[in-house]
Amino acid sequence: MTLLEINNLTVRYPTRFGEFTAIEAIDLNISEGEIHGLVGESGAGKSTIGAVVMGLLESPGYIASGNVNMLGTDLTTLNPTDYHKLRGNQLGMIFQDPQTSLNPLFTIADQLITTIQQHNEVSENSAREQAIALLDEVGIDDAEGRIDDFPHQFSGGMRQRVVIALVLCTNPKLIVADEPTTALDVSIQKRILVLLKDLARQRGVGILLITHDIGVIAEICDRVTVLRQGKVVEVGPTTNVIAQPTHEYTIGLMAAIPLIGKRLERFQNIIAEEAPSDDNTQWHVSGASAEYAEHWLHENYTLLQNQQQAVASANSDQAILVVNDLEVRYPPENPGWFRKNLGYQALSDIDFELNRGEVLGVVGESGSGKSTLAKAIVGLVDYTRGSISSNGIVLEPGSQRSRKHEARRRLQMIFQDPYSSLNNRRTVEQILAEPLKFYSLVDSRADRRKLLASVLQLVEMPQQALRKYPHQFSGGQRQRIAIARSLLCLPDLLICDEPTSALDVSIQAHVLNLLKDLQDEFNMAILFISHNLAVVRQMADRVVVLKDGEVVEQGDSDVFFTAPSAEYSKLLLRETPSLSILN
Amino acid sequence: MLSRLKRATVENELLYLFLRKPLAQLALFVATMLIAGAFLANWIAPTNPYDLTSFDLLDSLIPPAWTETGDARFILGTDDQGRDLLSAILYGARLSLLVGLTSIAFASVLGVSVGITAGYLGGRFDAIVMRIADIQLSLPAILTALLIDGVARGLFPGAMHDELMIVVLTVAIGLSLWVNFARTARASTFVEKNKEYVQAAEIMGQHPLRIMLVQILPNILGPIMVILAIDLAVAILLEATLSFLGVGVPANQPSLGTLIRIGTEYLFSGEWWIVIFPSLTLIVLIVSVNILGDFLRDALNPRLR
Repeated sequence: MTLLEINNLTVRYPTRFGEFTAIEAIDLNISEGEIHGLVGESGAGKSTIGAVVMGLLESPGYIASGNVNMLGTDLTTLNPTDYHKLRGNQLGMIFQDPQTSLNPLFTIADQLITTIQQHNEVSENSAREQAIALLDEVGIDDAEGRIDDFPHQFSGGMRQRVVIALVLCTNPKLIVADEPTTALDVSIQKRILVLLKDLARQRGVGILLITHDIGVIAEICDRVTVLRQGKVVEVGPTTNVIAQPTHEYTIGLMAAIPLIGKRLERFQNIIAEEAPSDDNTQWHVSGASAEYAEHWLHENYTLLQNQQQAVASANSDQAILVVNDLEVRYPPENPGWFRKNLGYQALSDIDFELNRGEVLGVVGESGSGKSTLAKAIVGLVDYTRGSISSNGIVLEPGSQRSRKHEARRRLQMIFQDPYSSLNNRRTVEQILAEPLKFYSLVDSRADRRKLLASVLQLVEMPQQALRKYPHQFSGGQRQRIAIARSLLCLPDLLICDEPTSALDVSIQAHVLNLLKDLQDEFNMAILFISHNLAVVRQMADRVVVLKDGEVVEQGDSDVFFTAPSAEYSKLLLRETPSLSILN
Repeated sequence: MLSRLKRATVENELLYLFLRKPLAQLALFVATMLIAGAFLANWIAPTNPYDLTSFDLLDSLIPPAWTETGDARFILGTDDQGRDLLSAILYGARLSLLVGLTSIAFASVLGVSVGITAGYLGGRFDAIVMRIADIQLSLPAILTALLIDGVARGLFPGAMHDELMIVVLTVAIGLSLWVNFARTARASTFVEKNKEYVQAAEIMGQHPLRIMLVQILPNILGPIMVILAIDLAVAILLEATLSFLGVGVPANQPSLGTLIRIGTEYLFSGEWWIVIFPSLTLIVLIVSVNILGDFLRDALNPRLR
């Protein structure tokens, strides 16, 4: 039986540049017990659809046409009071971030019992019993004992279970889940997905699952709708859409998804990134070209490497990076007066080497110390024991490392969030010129500009970008600018800390291709940190697995992905959505 | 989600919002007129109130020109010494604005430098400087200014008073207002210094001074502009208050506050115009500057929009 039916839905937002159509002529229906996936890249209008169904469309957005029918009522005509009764009773919503969707000031019991009593006239005691039964159902151990705990006493995955229990306590017919597992680690994600699937099967709840992650869709959805820029591109049973996409966009989207099961040299047939619109395409720097940048980089790399070899010929066989018995301990927040408080140990006993031209993947869940490792190497965090060296030269802990340390230029970092890694108040030219000026690589202003324009072309950006500010670019484009900035330092080692996790899949594919090209071309070493195993598979030659600040396993990438030795690695690989339909 | 639309620059956005706020436009117009009038006082004022030879005691206490006993020469009437009130207000506003602007410039440079340094370096420097700021914040600004003013008067011999009075006043007001700037700059620096562009500069090995000035400062200017506008009004008011209390500018160079003080003595004897017109000028100036400050705060804070 059809539960929800969306017909010809169009939502618009009036803005100062005219009407913005968020979604246009959307048709969608969900049956009882069906999990319907809604997938698309950022800006596709996924969340807008969820908001319309929940009646939570934010002003000034409005429904321009179409209707949303749920069990015979047109939701778009409901007044706020009736909608309020419907929400919670028949409609439930699971939000992305379990940290913020529970009220931290009330116990779980308070929140559950209030919600149950809001919708059913039951005594507090029987509401409490219901609440305990629900917590039990969503898989919280010792529900009776934990019901009086506060949200902060639960872990992220447990909290999301509590949110699901909260949604279920009124027995809704339809649940809208907006990126329910995006904020969670893979091993927890899997369990939440299984829980959702069981709910749909056992209770016959319809679920609208909004996500950007095709892996999640493949895991649990019965049918899927692919959205692009507010329009439905393709709809159908999950296996058909994923394994045999018919629309050009879906084909491109699937081609861009990194698969954990196989390593691609380059991503092929991916959707072209939108070129930044420019009012002044005529502007260019004469003599600038990608070849010029390539030539300059090669020439200077050779020059600098010869210098280094002359200086350190004795230890020329040293690796680009040697990390030995490393420990990082964060100082305690409140140092004890009498008791010795050692603080929090983020990393311990880390040993690995990285050679020229090699890509080392670092994987692990949140809190495993991946980012701390990167920060310790570049000197943003002090390490407390062990040693780090590069080409045989010792890299002291951050606060003792000289500002003029020779290795600073050779170690560069690409950050996770391209929105905060570029200074918004400086033009792209000023940002890119910084390393050239700072390390006195190019002194003349004209030469600098020519090189900057060229290097932008090398990272597949138009020259005109020089005169703009970072906020005028999309995330993928900003990440390219950040890569160009690192490249101009002529690094031997590029540390990439989750470089693509803030990007859409097709843009991720472009950035990964670019990193591979540059790595091949200039023979850099890359320390590639990611929680996404499929991405690491595409990039890494060797892999280090971190858990709770310790190395669990390290070795050849192919071996790790086909026959991991540590229990934890096996678990990680098993829990990652695998898109096995495709293999 | 709006990525498909043209992205607007901050400056653009400000103008767009400004054109939609008639109150802000009115405030800007009034403030501009008052400021222009004050700084062009030399040319547009009918007489020079600082020149003792230009006024006659026989003209004292003449009501405004539109009243029955008014005199066409003195549009807003005269004070007890026969000074043309309009000229006195224009010159007085000039002095008030001058003291307000220089003291706020002093306060902002001092406060922002201290704030950025405390925010970026943290640790002991931050703890000491911010405790001083907290202590000062627990005293009313007027008390701080009075204290500094009093100490300075004690230090300098009487003969130097008149020349130094305005400088002392500026420093006193500036020192009582730097805390706002320091706290705002420090809080914003805390946010900015954890952003990755600052870390990128640190990795390169850039000098902390360069990171503070080139990387962080331009990014925290927004909130500082807001404090600047709001505190400008406070500075002008402080000057007026100090002058009203008789510890401000020298008596032969009346500011708006001095004029109001003179005026209050005549309020109950029927010469209302001496106190009303300077007060109105001060109120209109303060209100319009405050409206502009509020507009700026709302416009630069996307959450309030």
